[in-house]
Amino acid sequence: MAGIVGYGAYIPRNRIKVEEIAKVWGADAPGYKKGLMLEEKSVPSPDQDTISMSVEASKRALKRAGIDPREIGAVYVGSESHPYAVKPSGTVLAEAIDATPDVHTADLEFACKAGTEGMFIALSLVQAGAIKYGLAVGADTSQGAPGDALEYSAAAGAAAFIFGKDGLVAESVDTYSYTTDTPDFWRREYQYYPQHGGRFTGDPAYFKHITGAARGMMARVKMKPADFDYVVFHQPNGKFPLRAGEILGFTKKQIEPGWLVPKLGNTYSGSSPLGLTATLDIAKPGDMILVVSYGSGAGSDAFVFKVTKRIDEVRDLAPRTRFLLDNDKNYLEYGVYAKYRRKIRKAE
Amino acid sequence: MPTPSRSWREIPQRYRLEAGKCKGCGAVFFPPRVVCPQCGSREFGKTRLAGSGKLLTYTIIRVAPRQFEDQAPYAVGIAELDDGVRLTAQVVDCDFSALAVGMRVTIEFRRISEEGEAGAIYYGYKFVPE
Amino acid sequence: MRDVVAIGVGMTKWGELWEKSLRTIFVETALLAIDDAGVDRIDSMVVGCMSSGLFVGQEHLGSMLADYLGRIPVPAARVESACSSGGLALRQGFIEVASGISDIVLVGGVEKMTDLTGCETTFALGTAADQEYEGFHGLTFPGLYAMMAVAHMHKYGTTREQLAQVAVKNHDNGSKNPLAQFPFKVTVDAVLNSVLVADPLRILDCSPITDGAAAVVLCPAEMARKLKKPAVRITGSGQATDTIALSSRQDITWLESTHLAAQKALAMAGRKIEDLHLFEVHDCFTIAEIMVTEALGIAERGRGGRAVEEGLTSLKGRYPVNPSGGLKAKGHPVGATGVAQAVEVIKQLRGEAGERQVKGAKRGLTQNMGGTGGSSVVHVFEAD
Repeated sequence: MAGIVGYGAYIPRNRIKVEEIAKVWGADAPGYKKGLMLEEKSVPSPDQDTISMSVEASKRALKRAGIDPREIGAVYVGSESHPYAVKPSGTVLAEAIDATPDVHTADLEFACKAGTEGMFIALSLVQAGAIKYGLAVGADTSQGAPGDALEYSAAAGAAAFIFGKDGLVAESVDTYSYTTDTPDFWRREYQYYPQHGGRFTGDPAYFKHITGAARGMMARVKMKPADFDYVVFHQPNGKFPLRAGEILGFTKKQIEPGWLVPKLGNTYSGSSPLGLTATLDIAKPGDMILVVSYGSGAGSDAFVFKVTKRIDEVRDLAPRTRFLLDNDKNYLEYGVYAKYRRKIRKAE
Repeated sequence: MPTPSRSWREIPQRYRLEAGKCKGCGAVFFPPRVVCPQCGSREFGKTRLAGSGKLLTYTIIRVAPRQFEDQAPYAVGIAELDDGVRLTAQVVDCDFSALAVGMRVTIEFRRISEEGEAGAIYYGYKFVPE
Repeated sequence: MRDVVAIGVGMTKWGELWEKSLRTIFVETALLAIDDAGVDRIDSMVVGCMSSGLFVGQEHLGSMLADYLGRIPVPAARVESACSSGGLALRQGFIEVASGISDIVLVGGVEKMTDLTGCETTFALGTAADQEYEGFHGLTFPGLYAMMAVAHMHKYGTTREQLAQVAVKNHDNGSKNPLAQFPFKVTVDAVLNSVLVADPLRILDCSPITDGAAAVVLCPAEMARKLKKPAVRITGSGQATDTIALSSRQDITWLESTHLAAQKALAMAGRKIEDLHLFEVHDCFTIAEIMVTEALGIAERGRGGRAVEEGLTSLKGRYPVNPSGGLKAKGHPVGATGVAQAVEVIKQLRGEAGERQVKGAKRGLTQNMGGTGGSSVVHVFEAD
């Protein structure tokens, strides 16, 4: 039986409020807040990126796992904001946690689901007996085009999971992926900002794949929504995951612990992974958790985890996700935010 | 523009805080040395630095050297780690007004600098308030 | 060892010398020293320069300057120890004459700093620090000295005002020096309100970026007697190193290399600090002068701030420090500074310092320092 042996989260402490962004673009802040169910989002400092956040999240996962990093056989970083277009984030991470050189590494991208892809691959390798432990990280510092709707939600964060067969905090019961070619959101090479299909990103994209994956997953494990204690959906804004829950028959109570987006924003490849870390932070042994990610392009990865007794021993060996979200926040003005996010054109 | 080799060589120190422990007298050096300045021994073992300590001193750099212009103003400090070794690094995620001699800090992995838009990115350690 | 004397000095006006290249600045200054010495030959040249390579892309300085001085094939060397390159050049020249290897040695120091942008200059100066463990993190020289100041203020209660008083005193002296880059006075208020460079150091706590050179001609005492030249003897020379990184220092509020170099120089000269009448020291930053006065023993450890506040180191004080205006007012073309300090002491001991003359000066000391104290060079001079 394979599953999660350790998990860790990292959220930068800077925030920017919806009103602050709306003010600059002359937009309707209350409208955005209500429509997106979003109040503020995290902003990375210039010295934070997918790699740096992955390292810190992974160190926290190692603290909870209590393993020797040299026993990690694979390291995957899923992101759509890898610092290099060509040169892996995974190798820096692997060196930083001392997992090199006996390790397989790959960088993954699939819009917002690159994190859960890495999780799927690491878990599968452990299950197959090919590696003893596998580390998967979902991390992003994604950009939204200035003035675009996505600017209100594109945020930064990282979640790391170490998979193995012993010392589990949560067993993996099963996984299921649902994938089609759906061009709802993309970024061409050399373009600074992504483009998206507006309302097309809703029903034919997010909802189709989330519900397809959730239903497919529940069919495989022969479970109904009420059989789960918690569910974590990909969270591009506050509204979508709640609506997905309604469509599928989950209650708000099941969604709430992992519903970080109103104060965090959309951490893209970190989105459902961070929702999972926040849920593990409060889950009890025996709890069943359904995780359904979504990545534009499009696809969803679903996981069913069953929490074990060990969660009680390790959950406080590293900071809890809600603590990182709520504690010691540093609010930015738009000008500083734009400077940090390199949205200001500078001299060559 | 230096080749990446110079920075790559320091990875064990910058990513993992690997230090050298003198087999003769037990003194710890960061970065590791070839010969111990205290006892003259040329044999060393590997060790890792402690992850936290306290600031001995600090300043806020407002006039920056090249590659750091965009970061100014930024705080830097010398911390004495809990294992007695001293380290120099930037202090981040801290209001300047909160900086104080004696304040507790922890080490975090961060991006340090980059060689322009197309050059290499350098990672390493910085201090954050504990 | 033979007795070594200085028989010629040369220094031109320091500042932003846009029209002059490094070689021009050096040659014009060297010629002044050679003319002052009244010699027609030189046997050897030693030049102090921190980083002509980074500043103007020029290495091989010994040969280049020997060539442009019109003196090839004279043996010439360029020596470097960051900001104490000039003092080191003086020491090497002293050693050549004292040992008998050379008779007439031209010691020069030069730096051409203004051909780089501000950021590049800050970087070039930063190469005196530990590149991989200080420079890599964005440390600058003002930043390193600011950290020394914070620690000194925390440990000894040294105040911001005391730091400012160093600048005020040195500008007061510099206003009497026609060759100084900034021959004007400043007030404590002006210092305290000037732009922050690295807290708590402000622009008026920092020595400037300067182009300039200085030169001294040395020869054995016997030769000076034969030439019937008034001579100032170099009676002591000392040098010491310390850790390159500030974080490795035993005590970051103390300049051990200066302390040791001074002990050696004074021992060689057979003198104590109380015997000396004036001191040209390395005030790259106001805090540096305070710490140097402690390391030399002019002030008790930790009380350097009080010393300047009480006027102990003013021109008319018991221990005049930096009658030339110091690096602060006179300027700091890095490699030239150590030699310029010698030029000032020699002029003072000859009685040629005009308005800034220390009355009855017979014995003086120069202290030149590299980096945050990673190297110090001290010389003692006496008039006959």
